Amino acid sequence: MKRFVIKEFLHIFRDIRSMVILFGMPIAQVLLFGFAITNEVKDVRISVIDQSNDQHSLALTQKLYASGYFIDGEDIPSVTLIEEGFRKGVTKMVVVIGPGFASKLATGEKPPVQLIADASDPNTASLITTYASGIISDYSRGLMPGKGLPVISAEPRMLYNPSLKSVYMFVPGIITILLMLVSAMMTSISIAREKELGTMEVLLVSPLKPVEIVAGKVMPYVVLSFINAVTILVLSYFVFDMPVNGSVLLLLAESVLFILLALSLGILISTISNSQQTAMMLSMFALMLPTILLSGFIFPIENMPDVLQWISLIMPPRWFIVIVKSIMLKGTGIAFFWKETLILVAMTVVFLAASVKKFNIRLA
Amino acid sequence: MNKVSVYGKGLTKSYGKTEALKSVSFSVEKGEIFGFIGPDGAGKTTLFRLLTTLLLPDSGAASIEGLDVVKDYRRLRQILGYMPGRFSLYQDLSVEENLRFFAGIFKVSISDNYHLIADIYEQIAPFAKRRAGKLSGGMKQKLALSCALIHKPEVLILDEPTTGVDAVSRREFWEMLIRLKQSGITILVATPYMDEAILCDRVALIQHGTIMATGSPADIIQTYPHKLFRIKSQNTLQLLRIMRQMPELKSAEMFGEYIHIGSSPNKMNESDIAAFLNQNNIRQFDLEPMEAGIEDCFMHLMKQQSST
Amino acid sequence: MQTSEYAIEAHGLVKKFGNFVANDHLTFDVKKGEIFGFLGANGAGKTTAMKILCGLLLPTSGKIKVAGFDVYTQTNLIKKHIGYMSQKFSLYEDLSIEENFRFYGGIYGLSRKQIAERTSTMLKKLDIEPLRKSLISSLPLGIRQKLAFSVAIIHSPGIVFLDEPTGGVDPITRRQFWEMIYEASEQGITVFVTTHYMDEAEYCNRVSIMVDGRIEALGTPGELKKKFDATDMNQVFLKLARKAG
Repeated sequence: MKRFVIKEFLHIFRDIRSMVILFGMPIAQVLLFGFAITNEVKDVRISVIDQSNDQHSLALTQKLYASGYFIDGEDIPSVTLIEEGFRKGVTKMVVVIGPGFASKLATGEKPPVQLIADASDPNTASLITTYASGIISDYSRGLMPGKGLPVISAEPRMLYNPSLKSVYMFVPGIITILLMLVSAMMTSISIAREKELGTMEVLLVSPLKPVEIVAGKVMPYVVLSFINAVTILVLSYFVFDMPVNGSVLLLLAESVLFILLALSLGILISTISNSQQTAMMLSMFALMLPTILLSGFIFPIENMPDVLQWISLIMPPRWFIVIVKSIMLKGTGIAFFWKETLILVAMTVVFLAASVKKFNIRLA
Repeated sequence: MNKVSVYGKGLTKSYGKTEALKSVSFSVEKGEIFGFIGPDGAGKTTLFRLLTTLLLPDSGAASIEGLDVVKDYRRLRQILGYMPGRFSLYQDLSVEENLRFFAGIFKVSISDNYHLIADIYEQIAPFAKRRAGKLSGGMKQKLALSCALIHKPEVLILDEPTTGVDAVSRREFWEMLIRLKQSGITILVATPYMDEAILCDRVALIQHGTIMATGSPADIIQTYPHKLFRIKSQNTLQLLRIMRQMPELKSAEMFGEYIHIGSSPNKMNESDIAAFLNQNNIRQFDLEPMEAGIEDCFMHLMKQQSST
Repeated sequence: MQTSEYAIEAHGLVKKFGNFVANDHLTFDVKKGEIFGFLGANGAGKTTAMKILCGLLLPTSGKIKVAGFDVYTQTNLIKKHIGYMSQKFSLYEDLSIEENFRFYGGIYGLSRKQIAERTSTMLKKLDIEPLRKSLISSLPLGIRQKLAFSVAIIHSPGIVFLDEPTGGVDPITRRQFWEMIYEASEQGITVFVTTHYMDEAEYCNRVSIMVDGRIEALGTPGELKKKFDATDMNQVFLKLARKAG
């Protein structure tokens, strides 16, 4: 066993290319998402149609422009001209404040504020409406402290991301993707490589038990993936001031759980692939794409069609992202996500058992 | 009769529609070098994978040192040394690291059985730190043999160990095997080289998934039924075309610059052949009677096989 | 254009990789229609020399002509006039016999008609016409090898290079294969065989044996056997290698 692990580490350290990928990728990814692909809203052109023109509606309008997210787009005089404005591209969102805003506020009636966004760019549209509604509810809360006036309900995500930095939303997703990639892809490739080179034949003929071969293969990657996870966390903490509001220990423990899950998936993939190429393709399509697309990392699960929502239930990353967000952003403890944790544990047990069982003691 | 070490009876294995082995039976005595001689695709590798417990036979049974290859695979794997056809060591690990790893997975230390590999390993020891992938063919082979021997197996199974290595390394490899035999290890070796047959104690000639003949090389040559001559002239192709027209002939096969011709005993002698050649305007040729070799036997058996 | 009686002329061929001399002043000629064996252990420098002769690699120095063309300046012409077959790679297994012929014929600029004609002739010669549409992967090794050779000479090249052509095949197929080579040579095609299998050497008209980058012996198998007092080429090689070691 010890020999096996040593050997595995030697393979990894001698393959400079994979080393670079292994440790360079997390850093590159975090920096990329953090700096380049910001979904942050800045200086977006919006227009306000103020049908009240009273003290509150003016104050709200001012607050919107003062936020720094929005700038004054072309003046749109009437609701009927909104579409034209979008088509011309002179504005991205129109805020319609209905008549009698201040008086309705005073009487406790809920005054409607419509946010009409140009959804041809759905990501931006959803972001700016979220931002705007945040500002509006902020304003209403300021008016009546302690009571909370539901002018427009704010996206819950906003509550835990008060400075609205997109990097906070991405870090949990990146950790998940990288752990999945490194753990699953690397193990499946490294097992497939032994098959391809014929060394698996010699290992099988030796008295090693399947469990020993699997464990020996997996152990180094547990360590490497763990180091990777820590790297990303440290990086996001120092470069982006990403907080870890909850217990770091708990976060790391959950990460190890997820790594084990990903590794067992990797072994499962390797049992059905005979070459490194197949292993790579399978990991890419069977693991990577669903992780990115269906885990709620980029596309909100709530917006998916029902079928995809169902499928996303069996995506391990989906649950892990929830856990990471809870610990890092909300600072909650295990009490709030024991269900998710349990799901991951169950998945790990199933996959691990399946992969050890499927791991052939013979060829073909 | 010596104690039987490896035993196979009615071994059959198919991959889909292809029958790789068709009811193969044989027995190998303890401490002998037994060769399976046959071309690529004859079924040698499949047979060895059945014996090394890597594949399950469709029917038939085999045992090694009294252990069944299906039921007792776990115990069997402890006493087997196996060198697969392809070079199957870790190319990115050094010579030393490979050896240490293989000792490790058999839970022995290198020093335990070093005496067994000493004279092989010493030849590559100067390159102990070199990566296995950077070794020459002959050295790779020595390392692979060292790794297969490090746990002191009772039976050594070598699948085409000399394919792709040069003549000098081949020679050295066989010298090592003959020395190993003296320490009592039973050695099964598969090879496509007919000329390696004479280095084995006994051989099985294998083709199309069946064993065509078994015995010591001398015994097999004894069974060759024809009288054999060899003949050479300036133009081999022309000579071959002419010889094939000689009616009494049983076979005419090229062997390099020579042609081996076989006839039924007492049917034909040298002067008959010379006369036939003269008739066909071939005046300059060397003709002499000769003993058959394993390759002559192999071709004869192949023709018998395809005619039945 | 091709006036010389030689298919290959190499004079003082040197190839260096950094400080390493892979080919050390190789000098040899191969006559048109000759079957020339280029022997040596793995790593002796055979592959390097063959790559140079095929126009895949530039030599460091030396005067080398292949099919009458200069290896420094006329590599494109060389490639048009040679054929190549190796044991490792030859035909596409997932294509049929016909498709392989069509592909390789197309590469060498043969017309549809020419390809069809030659495919028919070759399949008839090998007596496998009914297999025309079979995938290569479904054919026995022996047939594949003969087909590979047929494909290598589909464009009637002046020279065909064979890299360890018969390793691992059964003795009968091997002889059929050599008969094809002899026939090709009879038609004037020069055959250049690189191999480390000494029994392949026995079939060549002339052989050269390379040891450590140098040609240590050159002659007919009969001459070399006599010179080294050996019964077969294997012994010749062993004696040469021992001398070098």
